[in-house]
Amino acid sequence: MNQLGTNHLLYLLVAAQWTVALSLIAFVGGSVLGLAIALMRVSKSGVVRAIASGYIQLIQGTPLLIVLFLSYFGLGIIGLKLVPLVAAGISLTLYAGAFLGEIWRGCIEAVPKTQWEASDCLGLNRAQQYTYVILPQAVKIAIPPTVGFMVQIVKNTSLASVIGFVELARAGQIVNNSTFEPFVIFTCVAAIYFALCYPLSVASRTLERRANAGR
Amino acid sequence: MSYKFDFAFMADRWPDFVAGAWLTIQLTVLSIALGFALGTLCALVRVYGGPVLRRLVGAYVEAIRNTPLLIQIFIVYFGLSSLGLKLSADVSAVIALTVNMGAYSTEIMRAGIQSIQRTQLEAADCLGLTRLQTILHVVLLPAMERVYPALSSQFVLLMLASSITSQISVEELTAVANNVQSDTYRSFEVYVVVAIVYLVLSALYRFAFWAIGLGLFERKRRLGTPL
Repeated sequence: MNQLGTNHLLYLLVAAQWTVALSLIAFVGGSVLGLAIALMRVSKSGVVRAIASGYIQLIQGTPLLIVLFLSYFGLGIIGLKLVPLVAAGISLTLYAGAFLGEIWRGCIEAVPKTQWEASDCLGLNRAQQYTYVILPQAVKIAIPPTVGFMVQIVKNTSLASVIGFVELARAGQIVNNSTFEPFVIFTCVAAIYFALCYPLSVASRTLERRANAGR
Repeated sequence: MSYKFDFAFMADRWPDFVAGAWLTIQLTVLSIALGFALGTLCALVRVYGGPVLRRLVGAYVEAIRNTPLLIQIFIVYFGLSSLGLKLSADVSAVIALTVNMGAYSTEIMRAGIQSIQRTQLEAADCLGLTRLQTILHVVLLPAMERVYPALSSQFVLLMLASSITSQISVEELTAVANNVQSDTYRSFEVYVVVAIVYLVLSALYRFAFWAIGLGLFERKRRLGTPL
């Protein structure tokens, strides 16, 4: 049996970088998808709205773990190599896209109707209305809940360990296999996750308080 | 694409899926009930308790909400057993899910309880309600009615998150899928089936919580308006 030492902790910290990297991939991918979903959800066309809400229902009604397995094994079906990072990136993007889409739809709808009417009167077309009037205001409303959702993304990257991607959770399991001190190791792993997530939680709350202060 | 989909494994493995889904339901209903009770208690402490207890509950909520469920499950199952407290996988799963649910319900119920105005408590006092009656009828039930949508979607999320307990060999739905796919090599098909079962389960849970809400909130049932 191996003694738990500083090298192990260092190994965990290096693996935590992959947790951060995966979180960023998921956040960037999820933002692009989420914006599309949010705009589709407030579209004038009923069909487009139905597609977006069907997508959200689908993702929010299945565990992320199953989405992860589906993209991992699905890659094989379309003849691609099974790369855990790609599968994890895709499934976290799909997941984040659905949740961010739903959050941002709420933010777009929270912009007062009069803003739509006023920009209509100014003769702006729909694309101009979004870029110059609606989205800048919606973004302001969206920042606190979005930062809050980033906590969920960071935590959920831990599921990538299940398909063999070596991030923080998987690194914890590997260290545990060689030292067999699960309580200490997983508490350390939890502490590292906490160090990543807690600042985001606090930031989200502070931003929210600041946003509400003006009202 | 030359891949041929093959769902033939369902013919003789469907009882496994039913058993897995049933265990998922048992685990999650138990954890939701226990976790909600824990959360309600903690929320009361968070709003009305002394400074030390309030701090403790706050630390509990932050610790759970800022760490992944997977690691929480590992700490309960592997961690506690290495400290000498040996728990079966099922019991560990229920404990971890309950503790997790408790933290989220605390936050949600706290918001509800804080929305109850002081005047309501004063009115209850004037009517001569006992402390317990006040907490039950004037504080908790209306608080719960206000936050019920958030609560029920958190309950559904817990049901979905219970799939993670497959990682400590709890034989619930996802674990069944893992077993079947390693026997049949029809990985994609197996997870498609399980995804559908989860979709059905979440629809079922949403319906159940809607019905429970209807039974619980008489005022809402009669008027149909939010509180």
